[in-house]
Amino acid sequence: MTSTVESAGTGTLEIPNFPMARASGCPFDPPPELRARQQEGPLTRVRLWDGSTPWLVTRYAEQRALLADPRISADITRPGYPSPAPITGNSIGFILMDDPEHARLRRMVTAPFMIKRVEALRPAVQKIVDDLIDAMLAGPTPVDLVEAFALPVPSLVICELLGVPYSDHDFFQANSKILIKRDAEPEQRAEALGRLTDYLDNLMSEKLAQPKGDLLSGLAERIKAGELTRPEAARMGVLLLIAGHETTANMIALGTLALLQNPDQLALLRDGDDAKLVAGAVEELLRYLNITHNGRRRVALADIEVGDQVIRAGEGLILANDIGNRDPEIFAEPDRLDLTRDARRHVAFGFGVHQCLGQPLARMELQVVYSTLYRRIPTLRLATELERIPFKHDASVYGVYELPVTW
Amino acid sequence: MKVTIDQDKCVASGQCVVAAADVFDQRDEDGIVVLLNAAPPAELAEDVRHAAAVCPALAIEIEE
Repeated sequence: MTSTVESAGTGTLEIPNFPMARASGCPFDPPPELRARQQEGPLTRVRLWDGSTPWLVTRYAEQRALLADPRISADITRPGYPSPAPITGNSIGFILMDDPEHARLRRMVTAPFMIKRVEALRPAVQKIVDDLIDAMLAGPTPVDLVEAFALPVPSLVICELLGVPYSDHDFFQANSKILIKRDAEPEQRAEALGRLTDYLDNLMSEKLAQPKGDLLSGLAERIKAGELTRPEAARMGVLLLIAGHETTANMIALGTLALLQNPDQLALLRDGDDAKLVAGAVEELLRYLNITHNGRRRVALADIEVGDQVIRAGEGLILANDIGNRDPEIFAEPDRLDLTRDARRHVAFGFGVHQCLGQPLARMELQVVYSTLYRRIPTLRLATELERIPFKHDASVYGVYELPVTW
Repeated sequence: MKVTIDQDKCVASGQCVVAAADVFDQRDEDGIVVLLNAAPPAELAEDVRHAAAVCPALAIEIEE
């Protein structure tokens, strides 16, 4: 749907609604309207649910430059911030704050995600992956790969890392599903966030009384030292728990579907045993699928020139990394899945100071999964037609709700 | 090639370590970048350039 407005000096412009719809039959490609806007220029206006018309940034170079620019803010409480939904007063922590507060909080949880600490977890992740595959192979077919594998892998890993009991996974998975639903009512979303925050706050009581070696116990120590408040700690816990399982789970299931649709690419992973190829494949799948399809949301703190246009102080920006990762200026034949290309410059984790904190963990988990699943189940195939797969068009993190497979 | 880092800008994404582990490390307490070699040899130059290019915080500067 589009609407028409008068724009000073430039005549009549069509302002499309955002988010936009993907083309039917092209479940892995960004909406065609995004591609059309990218071809026209780096900046365009879009209309949001509340009638506001922030800038949409569609090209890779401008996205990177703006995301690294200190003149833009991620603070959701600032006027002009292009919120994807009504703001309910609850916040999900430092991803929606600016420095120095953002840096202070983020640096409290960066240590467990450093490369050497994540690498030390690799054998444990390999065992989780192998055990889940053993269980699938021992059971009946067809299997829903989301429920049997894609969701349990990152959920088990993040529970272990945070010190959250995995037995509570039905509870936190159900609530995080509500949080990322694009059309959830504000009250529903606030209630789900409230339940998760209470849950993490209760866990924090346990960690304060009996600290262990996990991340939440580390936060409990910060509370004792007076460096962190309890509500801040609970919010951080919620953020890490949700981000730690939703995103990776969707990459596993959607990535597997994309590979099943590109059998020559799947064969590279199934028949090869090269860590470098696997690492490159993960980067390419991150680029190609870019599951965070709501765009990065920011608001300008000063007038910023982009090409021959000016983003005014107080105007909102949406940086659509999904189409940025398909920018032909940067990636040749961007709509082709090519596991052998060098895709490491992708912006699937965003860019700038807010770039994904958990990316080393996500990369390692995906490397283990993609290098194991198709080798252990070489005849893996869809147990239904592509047209019957329910895609997460209505979620802020894209993926599939179910993926029936057999072998 | 001369490399400098800015620990105040660093956001501990660890991508420099993935790109060039002989040149960059992370400090144990918070994952912030540590420079192991400020004058890396020519054979590492490409990796170091890549590290600077993917650093989300623009915390790595290179003088060729």
